[in-house]
Amino acid sequence: MKKFLHAAGGFCAGIANGLLGAGGGMIVVPMLIKSGLPIVKSHATSVAVILPICVLSASLYVRRGSVTLGQALPYLPFMLIGSAIGAWALPKLNRTLLRRIFGGLMLWAAWRMLF
Amino acid sequence: MEYVWMALAATLSGILGAMGMGGGGVLIIYLTLIAGLDQRAAQGINLIVFIPCALLALFFYLKKKLIDGRAALFAAAAGLAGALAGTWLSGMIETGVLRRIFGAMLLFIGLREVFAKPQKKSKS
Repeated sequence: MKKFLHAAGGFCAGIANGLLGAGGGMIVVPMLIKSGLPIVKSHATSVAVILPICVLSASLYVRRGSVTLGQALPYLPFMLIGSAIGAWALPKLNRTLLRRIFGGLMLWAAWRMLF
Repeated sequence: MEYVWMALAATLSGILGAMGMGGGGVLIIYLTLIAGLDQRAAQGINLIVFIPCALLALFFYLKKKLIDGRAALFAAAAGLAGALAGTWLSGMIETGVLRRIFGAMLLFIGLREVFAKPQKKSKS
């Protein structure tokens, strides 16, 4: 049953990742929590799930010509800094406030994109 | 000023991405709505930059033993099949429509996050 949950969640995350270039973690984290993993471990493990998926999607995007590596380069240093901060802070942080703030940002963006 | 926004968006995206909390959404929102990039290119950029960031975060998590390898293996294997299907679809769909689908996902996730039940602080 657990294996089925992991596979189903992973598959959906793969579709989101390939189709929308994001959102895999938002599927994998709740799925892992549901399967009984502790919360912090679920967040951490989700990154291990998304990484190989991302490598596949990204290489297909590049091969297809949707994007070039050069386009991505300017963002990389800041992303890496953020990533180090995030990985360091994950076990310590109260994530609820963070979730609400970014939930609000996402709703604003959704409104802009949909209408 | 433009550069400040870019730095801010990318840093926040890295922080959230390392936690599996929708970091990709933040960068793509910046790239499409503020930098004015094409939806597909924005998605591609996010996919590319996430790879080194995920490697960095994983290095931390492995050291702290926070990764459940078995769960990750199953989910990632199924995820690869999903990624093939998803990427193929993303090439078929017109970018305007793709942007709407992305908006719908943000709406769904945004609502869930805003009304999320508080989690216990340091349960690992």
